[in-house]
Amino acid sequence: MTLERILILSIVLFAIGLFGVLARRHLIAILLSLELMFNAANLAILGIAWHRGCLAGALIVLFGIAITVAEVAIGLSLFLLAERVRGVVHADELSDLRG
Amino acid sequence: MTAALALLLGAPAASAAILGLVLPVRRSGRKAAWLSIAAVSSSFVAALWLLRQFIASPEPRSWEFVWAPFGDGAAIRFGVLLDGLSVPMLVLVSGVALAVQIYSVSYMAAERPTALGRYYAYHGLFTAAMLGLVAAHNTLQSYFFWELVGLGSYLLIGFWHQKPEAVRAATKAFWTTRLGDVGFAFGLIFLWSGSGTFVFEELFDSANAGRLSGSMLSLGVAGLFLGAMGKSAQFPLHVWLPDAMEGPTPVSALIHAATMVAAGVYLMARITPLLTLVPAVAGIVLSLGVLTALLAATLALVARDVKRILAYSTVSQLGYMMAAVGASATAAGFFHLTTHAFFKALLFLAAGSLIHAVHTNDIFEMGGLWKRMPLTGACFLVGSLALAGVPPLSGFWSKDEILISLWEGGHRFAFAALVLAAGLTAFYVFRAFFVIFFGGNAGSMKAHEAPSTMTLPMAALSLAAIGGGALGEPIHAWIGASISGPRSGAVEHGADWVPVLATSVGLLGIAVAWLGYSRRAYRPEVWRARLAPVVRLLERGYYVDDAFLAGYRVLYLDLGRMVGWFDRYVIDGCVNLATWVTWQSAGRLRAIQTGRPQDALYAIAVGFLLLICLAWWG
Amino acid sequence: MIIPWLSIALLSPFVGGGLLLLVPARARGALRAVALGSAIPPLVVSLVLLARYDTVAGGFQFVESFSVVPSLGIAYRLAVDGLSLSLVLLTAVIYLTAITTTWYLAEREKEFFLFLALLVTGVLGVFVSLDLFLFFLFYELAVLPMYVLIVVWGSSMEVPARGPFGWTYRALRVGGKEYGAMKLTLYLLAGSAFILVGLFLLWVEGGRTLGQPTFDLVALRDVAFPHEIARPAFLLFYVGFGILAGIWPFHTWSPDGHASAPAAGSMVHAGVLMKLGAYGVLRLGFELLPAAAAEFAWIVGTVAVINIVYGAVAAGWQSDIKYLIAYSSVSHMGLVMLGMATLTAPGLSGSVFQMVAHGIMTGLFFTLVNLVYHKARVRDMKEMGGFAQRQPGMGTFFVVAGLSSLGLPGLAGFVAEFLVFLGAWSSAHPWWLFPAVFGALVTAIYVMRAVRRIYFGPAIQRFGEIKDLHGMEWVTPIVLGGLLLLLGVYPRLLLDSIQGGVAELLARYGG
Repeated sequence: MTLERILILSIVLFAIGLFGVLARRHLIAILLSLELMFNAANLAILGIAWHRGCLAGALIVLFGIAITVAEVAIGLSLFLLAERVRGVVHADELSDLRG
Repeated sequence: MTAALALLLGAPAASAAILGLVLPVRRSGRKAAWLSIAAVSSSFVAALWLLRQFIASPEPRSWEFVWAPFGDGAAIRFGVLLDGLSVPMLVLVSGVALAVQIYSVSYMAAERPTALGRYYAYHGLFTAAMLGLVAAHNTLQSYFFWELVGLGSYLLIGFWHQKPEAVRAATKAFWTTRLGDVGFAFGLIFLWSGSGTFVFEELFDSANAGRLSGSMLSLGVAGLFLGAMGKSAQFPLHVWLPDAMEGPTPVSALIHAATMVAAGVYLMARITPLLTLVPAVAGIVLSLGVLTALLAATLALVARDVKRILAYSTVSQLGYMMAAVGASATAAGFFHLTTHAFFKALLFLAAGSLIHAVHTNDIFEMGGLWKRMPLTGACFLVGSLALAGVPPLSGFWSKDEILISLWEGGHRFAFAALVLAAGLTAFYVFRAFFVIFFGGNAGSMKAHEAPSTMTLPMAALSLAAIGGGALGEPIHAWIGASISGPRSGAVEHGADWVPVLATSVGLLGIAVAWLGYSRRAYRPEVWRARLAPVVRLLERGYYVDDAFLAGYRVLYLDLGRMVGWFDRYVIDGCVNLATWVTWQSAGRLRAIQTGRPQDALYAIAVGFLLLICLAWWG
Repeated sequence: MIIPWLSIALLSPFVGGGLLLLVPARARGALRAVALGSAIPPLVVSLVLLARYDTVAGGFQFVESFSVVPSLGIAYRLAVDGLSLSLVLLTAVIYLTAITTTWYLAEREKEFFLFLALLVTGVLGVFVSLDLFLFFLFYELAVLPMYVLIVVWGSSMEVPARGPFGWTYRALRVGGKEYGAMKLTLYLLAGSAFILVGLFLLWVEGGRTLGQPTFDLVALRDVAFPHEIARPAFLLFYVGFGILAGIWPFHTWSPDGHASAPAAGSMVHAGVLMKLGAYGVLRLGFELLPAAAAEFAWIVGTVAVINIVYGAVAAGWQSDIKYLIAYSSVSHMGLVMLGMATLTAPGLSGSVFQMVAHGIMTGLFFTLVNLVYHKARVRDMKEMGGFAQRQPGMGTFFVVAGLSSLGLPGLAGFVAEFLVFLGAWSSAHPWWLFPAVFGALVTAIYVMRAVRRIYFGPAIQRFGEIKDLHGMEWVTPIVLGGLLLLLGVYPRLLLDSIQGGVAELLARYGG
């Protein structure tokens, strides 16, 4: 198990996540893919921390996971709002950013 | 001396300012009139006193101050020059202005008090400007007051501003003289650039010393002459003067006979020392003067409006003066200017008295007025005789001097033309005289003699018109003392036959008019019909007006339309096009702003990838 | 004790604007009083300065200075010299009369006076700043309030859509006040972008030469800018400020903007803001970069004579009286620029004098035109006539303004015009004189034609009893008309100080 392989795995995971975010239409799927990307990043940090033998990396990842919980909560509540108020579950039906 | 000078120049200006700015005074009407008359009287007295002082010690005096400094110690100076040319002219201007203002009290009596106040305010402005012009000791100051004189003339011609013709005439006068003034402006700038000064004396010095010479001198003098052409109504810039007769008649007497139109001649007389150095320009002055004298006299032959006849006659007489100045006979020209001021102002005031009585300008609607208005008739006769050059009236002496100078100067052709013009002059003025006073329309007229405020100035001017010939010798002396020209001294009376010839031609003209319009020995109407094309040409004023109108249409209206359209629809069109293109492309580019979060993320991802590639291979 | 004269003058409108915010909008009398009160200190100060300015010593006087950002060389530096003193006076006069002109405004006075005060603060700031950063700051402050003034209080007109790009006219709603306001603002902001770049060039190069960065005008004057900096900087300033001064062909914002602006807006804008452009070219272009200016003077002068003739001729076509006056401004600003380009003492004196003379004259014009519009609800000259019978007072002042505009002696315009003519003829390009004089002739034609069309002739029944000036309406024409006359008869009032400034400027050109 080398750092190189861990990073390759992380990149693959990240790419799969990015593809999901960009290509899936359902908001839940996008949220899931987002999680995948986030965890790819976590994996990369952990791998580097393990490789260097320092504990700080693991701490950051733990911290990040805690925050992710909050992020997912917000994301899911936004999804619920979108579904209830607009009746929308697909991302391409939302274009409010156009202003 | 300075006190008298201040009174002379300041009194009319002060009265104009008071009448213009203090509303209650202006609205008081007749009181305003008498205030203005008091101011001009004090001016006149001061001018007479200055003349006495000048006769006592005839050397030029001048005062000056810095008016506008413009860096490097250079400055425009203003000042006063009193010499043999300006002092008599000051007396003349203030005297005629006084006579006209007194006359106007009755003539303008029907005006509302406010309008009367306004009238006298304009008069004050005009008189002040005219005196300032005469007293000026440099070209720029001349120009300054020259333009103000033009403004006074504009305001007075357009005094009845509700009358479209009056306003049209006023505007035309302003534009035409302004056209000449452009030449004046060029001229004085050219002279300045050659010598670095505006002051007459210094200009003469540097011209005599050869510093000011060549094209700058010629162009400068020519430019000044262009200005003089505008103000003194020389062909082809004379077109405004006949139209200017739309103004009140006293105004015509003051401005368009005696003072303002003489300003051009005065200016040319003032720069005689420069004029003699550029014979080519002097030749132009002479030829244009002669041409004007002749053409204007022919135009007067067919006019029906008594004031237009007098106006053309003024143009023609101004031509005489210009010719004299062009032939270096400055004193003769100035002498004629003086006598002409007397008899032409007289003629205008008499004509005003007629118009006041019969309410028409057309001589053929008048007739048989000799018995009803004897005093006016007598005054008109005196004026006409003087204009026709019948001895011993003033016009005879001055006109003869001009003719003699031309003959002795070798200008044979000019001499012949002016003699012919003298005959025409006698004919047209007596045509008017006989038609008005002895014509057939007698029965219908309910005319009566004018009040004394009108007849008194006329009587005074009659005396001057009769006896003005006596001024010849002193004028020669004064001008000889002030202006150093080659032939400005008294004329040698070598050609005694000239007065005889001129008088006979004049008498011949009178006789022809008498035969045709009083005795009916021949029928002028028949001749008029026979010469229809010529009459038409004359009635259209040689189409000079039409030429100006065409020029105005093409150079101003059409050009303005083109440029204005170009500006709004081409230059501004390009601006709007640029805006429109920006707008449209923005509309297109908006399409990529879908507002969908995934599209934005996609763009971010691609951008990030590009950045990585750049970092990798760049 | 040293009295901070310039700060008093500069801050007075600003503070007045702040006070206006505190006054309730219903208290109209109090609003007007505050506005008028804020206009008096600048006028008093400028008169005091005019009296106390030492014309013998010359140079910058009444200097106030303290450092704001030393590391960038930004300081609060105020001073006036012979060139700017007259313009400060002009601004003070125009501000005061702009307020008296709007005395009877009955729509959102509070906001109106506030924006006017901001505008004037900006203009005054530019004229008294000795620090280029401050200069630019005030410049931007002066450019923006006009947008609001036009859009809220302005008026629209019809412009038929014609010409090769006619379709764009409909799309952009040309003639509307929103169009005029937006065009003016965009144009002027484009200009200030040029200026900003130019300033930056000078600041960088000046900092490099002097060893420390500075925006101080006096310090930068001593820097001999190399050609590769001076040339582009001069052109940037010329175009940037020139847009505001209405140089051809970037002048078209002026007719549309002035035609849609309210009276006081046009007065301040045409009266002083356009001067600000000319002043910028003079101060930053001609004073800081003499070598480049001498090199490009022929462009400046040639464009200026185009302005003179083109503006005058185009004015002849206008039947909307506001457009007529706006085009006459384009023509007269040409005289200002021409005077500068001659690089001669009379020309430069005439140029500065013309800024003042034209400011006053055009202020008078716009006041009267707006009063005519206000009273008779008509802007098209073809529909007017005989107004002099009902409005003799207004007619008189209109004639005075018109005569000054065509350069009649005895009024301020003549002095300026004639000095510029003298300068043109003694410059390196004497031929400039001919088109300039031709422009003056055409001016005489269109002015007298307008006077005839509006005021003379028989009265038109439709307008019935249109009123002449009354109450406070008299103040503006009397003040401005009186000043035109005063300056025309006694030009030394300003020329004495101007010529000192001109001499110093010319000394930088080695003669």
